[in-house]
Amino acid sequence: MAFNIIVLAKQVPDTRNVGKDAMKADGTVNRAALPAIFNPEDLNALEQALEVKDRFPGSKITILTMGPGRAAEILREGLFRGADDGVLLTDRAFAGADTLATSYALSMAIRKIGEFDFIFSGRQAIDGDTAQVGPQVAEKLGIPQITYAEHIEKIDKNSVRIKRRLDNGVEVVESPLPVLITVNGSARSCRPRNAKLLLKYKHAKTVTERQVENLDYIDIYDSRPFLNLTEWSVADVAADPLLCGLSGSPTKVKKTENVVFQTKENKHISDSDIEIDELMKELIENHTIG
Amino acid sequence: MDNLFVYLEIEDGVVAEVSQELLTKGRSLANQLGCKLEAIAAGVNLGKVEEQVFPYGVDVLHIFEDKRLLPYTTLPHTSILVKLFKEEKPQICLLGATIIGRDLGPRVSSSLGSGLTADCTSLEIGSHENKKEGKVYENLLYQIRPAFGGNIVANIVNPDHRPQMATVREGVMKKEIFDPYYKGEAIVHDVNDYVNEEDFIVSIIDRHIEKSKVNIKNSPIIVSGGYGVGSKENFELLYKLADLLGAEVGASRAAVDAGYTEHERQIGQTGVTVRPKVYIACGISGQIQHIAGMQESSIIISINNDPAAPINSIADYVITGEVENVIPKMIKYYKKNTK
Repeated sequence: MAFNIIVLAKQVPDTRNVGKDAMKADGTVNRAALPAIFNPEDLNALEQALEVKDRFPGSKITILTMGPGRAAEILREGLFRGADDGVLLTDRAFAGADTLATSYALSMAIRKIGEFDFIFSGRQAIDGDTAQVGPQVAEKLGIPQITYAEHIEKIDKNSVRIKRRLDNGVEVVESPLPVLITVNGSARSCRPRNAKLLLKYKHAKTVTERQVENLDYIDIYDSRPFLNLTEWSVADVAADPLLCGLSGSPTKVKKTENVVFQTKENKHISDSDIEIDELMKELIENHTIG
Repeated sequence: MDNLFVYLEIEDGVVAEVSQELLTKGRSLANQLGCKLEAIAAGVNLGKVEEQVFPYGVDVLHIFEDKRLLPYTTLPHTSILVKLFKEEKPQICLLGATIIGRDLGPRVSSSLGSGLTADCTSLEIGSHENKKEGKVYENLLYQIRPAFGGNIVANIVNPDHRPQMATVREGVMKKEIFDPYYKGEAIVHDVNDYVNEEDFIVSIIDRHIEKSKVNIKNSPIIVSGGYGVGSKENFELLYKLADLLGAEVGASRAAVDAGYTEHERQIGQTGVTVRPKVYIACGISGQIQHIAGMQESSIIISINNDPAAPINSIADYVITGEVENVIPKMIKYYKKNTK
């Protein structure tokens, strides 16, 4: 038994470690100041895919991402960890997509990839935290979805049994294949890069990257076809441009702003013993605590 | 047509808190828009739902009673909402940003091709101008939420697609009875008109609910730690102080991501929203996404080594110093002064 597996991944700005220079004076986000990383829960998703491949040798993992040219970085990250193939969906016409336009584009790319048994993605991406793209892709493909997955309990030829993490407990569900599974951060962390694979795929590039970098060892891409990362445009996946990017997005960002907090009159206290003693007395006397 | 719908989450016949909060918000938005408030109940044991939701000002309750609809699975609930919305053409649909709402909402929105905004912290009605096309829209739903890890706040609108869909986390909106004697109309639908056999291909094998040990939502005092606490060991100090004060321990997302404490304790837009009597913020800088979840605390005490930490601007007491120095002193002098 072997399976065709697709992993949906996103390159995201590392919003968890935002420094003071992350916001520009005009209140917009200074993307350049934020490092771009593999969305953390998409790594959990990749690990689930790799475990399926471990158990069923001969299974094939294709990692699919949509983004600008530099998003090819996470395809390589996926290959270094054991994915077999990478597809970058990139086109100016995809820019400004909300979750619905994104899921439409991804679903068209998945149709082009062809037969699949499993699609894994992270529960949500840290730049938007919406958790919407996974279920929307599943709907567009007309397949069931299992969200908040934590562990695969059992795989049969035509079905899978999965443990989901709920707010106050767990649920075990069984679904026929093909299925889309969104993986929770509580699932096993992704294995590190494999040294052999790192050597093998170090020079894996998309066509655009090769052109931009003007590589002089260009013939290796003919002798080693696995170094060619697939790059698809709107036309390549036969998508309707009107359903992509900004024009395909029902939601529009009307306005973004920095929040100005309602500043309170506050009492300043140092960390000296005397002042903290006084503070605790005050809080106890006015029944704030105690 | 053009009414406001709320999807109800129901466990053991009881309407969830988050749904009651959405009904409250939904009623006030519906009043502003001059439309009806409608609610959807799908599951079993729904006999007591009417009396629970009419006081929130529900005009129409749609009932879908079928044992196959509980526990919740994605596909049949999606089919019900999609078909009902095609018939009723609501202008707005609100769902809880819960495990269920965040599973169901995107599936329904994708099927209807309508926009959905997750985890809104505020919902308002307002106008919108598309300058490029010279179009003005009145009475749109402003879906306001922190974005980009909480570093900005975005106001999102769906000008051309209906329903305008939004999810809201539990605790973000306040629940309030509209009129204890309000009477709406209940419509019992034939579930088989809405679902088909293929909707039941996913089955639930086992399910056990473990009530969470952590109860920060209802705790009157919260001692909360951020990335600035510095280590898991230092976080132990927070538990000590909390024990002494009869408080719960909370955390910012950064602290949870750093592994200082468990996820259930996360306070903020992507965690729990709290309104305690006292909130002691230790080493929390105060990203918007965190402040969104605790700014309505009655008294805020901030302990931070950075006197310019953003959270200090909303604090009542600002203690400038290292968390690991300040908390032991607070413990010491609390004990001394309560003897």
